[in-house]
Amino acid sequence: MTVTEQAPPAARPRSDPGLRTPKPVRRFTMGRTLKYVLLVIFVFVVLIPVYVLIVTSFKPPADVTASTSWGLPVRWPWESVAPGGPTGFDNWTGAWTALAPALGRTFLLAIPAALISSFIGAMNGFVLSRWRFPHADIVFTFILFGMFIPYQAIMTPLVQMKTTLGLPSDISTLLMVHIIYGLPICTLIFRNYYVSIPMELMEASRMDGAGMLRTFASIVLPLSLPGFVVTIIWQFTNAWNDFLFAMFLSDTSGGPVSLALNNLAQGAQLANYGTAMAGALIASLPTLLVYIILGKYFIGGLMSGSVK
Amino acid sequence: MRKGVRNWGPPLLLVSPTIIILGIFVYGLIAANIQVSTTNRHSLSPESEFVGLENYMALLSEDRFLHSLFNLVMFTVVFIAGTMLFGFIWAWMLDKGVSAEGIFRSVYLFPMAISFVASGVVWRWLLNSAEGDRASGLNRIFESLGLGFLQNAWWNEPIWGMAAIAMPAIWQLSGYVMALFLAGFRGVPQELREAARMDGASEWKLYRYVVFPQLSPIALSALIIVSHMSLKVFDLIMSITGSIYQTEVPATYMWVTLTSNDYAKSATIATILLLLASLFIIPYLIQTWRSEKANR
Repeated sequence: MTVTEQAPPAARPRSDPGLRTPKPVRRFTMGRTLKYVLLVIFVFVVLIPVYVLIVTSFKPPADVTASTSWGLPVRWPWESVAPGGPTGFDNWTGAWTALAPALGRTFLLAIPAALISSFIGAMNGFVLSRWRFPHADIVFTFILFGMFIPYQAIMTPLVQMKTTLGLPSDISTLLMVHIIYGLPICTLIFRNYYVSIPMELMEASRMDGAGMLRTFASIVLPLSLPGFVVTIIWQFTNAWNDFLFAMFLSDTSGGPVSLALNNLAQGAQLANYGTAMAGALIASLPTLLVYIILGKYFIGGLMSGSVK
Repeated sequence: MRKGVRNWGPPLLLVSPTIIILGIFVYGLIAANIQVSTTNRHSLSPESEFVGLENYMALLSEDRFLHSLFNLVMFTVVFIAGTMLFGFIWAWMLDKGVSAEGIFRSVYLFPMAISFVASGVVWRWLLNSAEGDRASGLNRIFESLGLGFLQNAWWNEPIWGMAAIAMPAIWQLSGYVMALFLAGFRGVPQELREAARMDGASEWKLYRYVVFPQLSPIALSALIIVSHMSLKVFDLIMSITGSIYQTEVPATYMWVTLTSNDYAKSATIATILLLLASLFIIPYLIQTWRSEKANR
């Protein structure tokens, strides 16, 4: 960020600048040290659940006792407590076996959902910002509203509709739902994106009489990559992490990984928490990787969900 | 704006599939939901008749629903207070001159990338209600630090249980509020800060009288967003406790009624949730729409 390299103004005494500098400087460094100490403490606090997840996932069930629950594993993950007994790695293989089919399905759900919503959102955003028609603002508000409803408000008739039409309880139904309810946010992100970038070229092309679709495909789409990165990440993360639609519209044999993980974890007593935690880590890995690699754009999506 | 169907026809045509789909799946289904909520369709059998607002009257005088509303209020208050507090403090600390700012920011924000279901797995363990020798999770930490009196049953506590459920939510979303506030801090014009410094304002006064007042729109939208999320809380509760009475909120109550095929009741709960959400949505949409007009 540009603001960060500011000179520390707190160091300057309020009256007579130039005199009596040492004392304020020391106060300043004390404050600064305190700030770093606090920031680091908060880092540790935020990372506590991650520590617990990782540590527990490598403990064989017999080692997950209340008194040692916060400790590091006392043996290597390939060693068992009793000969031939379960090892720490068994948590991971167990979780993998339980989640693998659902993981595959979730990729088949989240990737198309992200691509299709984004593409439609890009077209909508384009005509709502750069190729406008009368009352485009009303249409925009009409679309935007869908982003803010609690999905419970449509769930009862949606479940009834699914039953009436005989739609399957698997990811194909969820794919349709995620595409539809992803349209408002994708439209919003692209609209704001197209407003923010200069488009003299587009205006020129329009003046020359090029058609709307041609202008969109040859001029606007090539400029749209940053918008696509944001919406694809947003939609992918949402579809991947979704639990509400998954619970209401799918079952564990055809549903996404959130449902499979919940199923795995609800059976977990203290004894096999290790498997549940390994499962939580496996299920979180794709979205975490997206966050780590493309964090900047991830935040971009978050921000467009807010006011401006 | 150019006149004529040749000009506005094509763009309207391009956006019309979205208009139709959202017309059905947002507006149509909301209407259908309201319609179901005014019938006595309490089972799978499709015969039902209009009963007016009877379901609403019954629900609003039902102890179980009022209990779920109380839980929701408790959760919301703690959740909002927590995320706003941490989000604000983190953003303030990171506002100026922190080296490795990016690392702190990324760590504070990362829980947002994880699903509530995954974080529910670990928080269920952290909020284990066993105490003393059998304590694990956070109670074990208190026990070993000699703070045994802090041990509690977490979400099993009768009144404050929902405050415990709010902890994981605060953990997950404080970073988001921080990101919002940080954008707000960075949005304060540098000249304004310089001018205040020239006038001899101390750093605290600079923040108190120059920067903080500029943040109130951000604080308001953070408040709206977080309250709105809170209303819908479902995943977290389902993954930590399942749909049990103690931690029931309207969203999980609705799950219970819908899975037992009481369509009318689940639609009624959903309509009430929508009305509650509208208290946040409508002012927000009006404000967005106005600023749109102002910008044009």
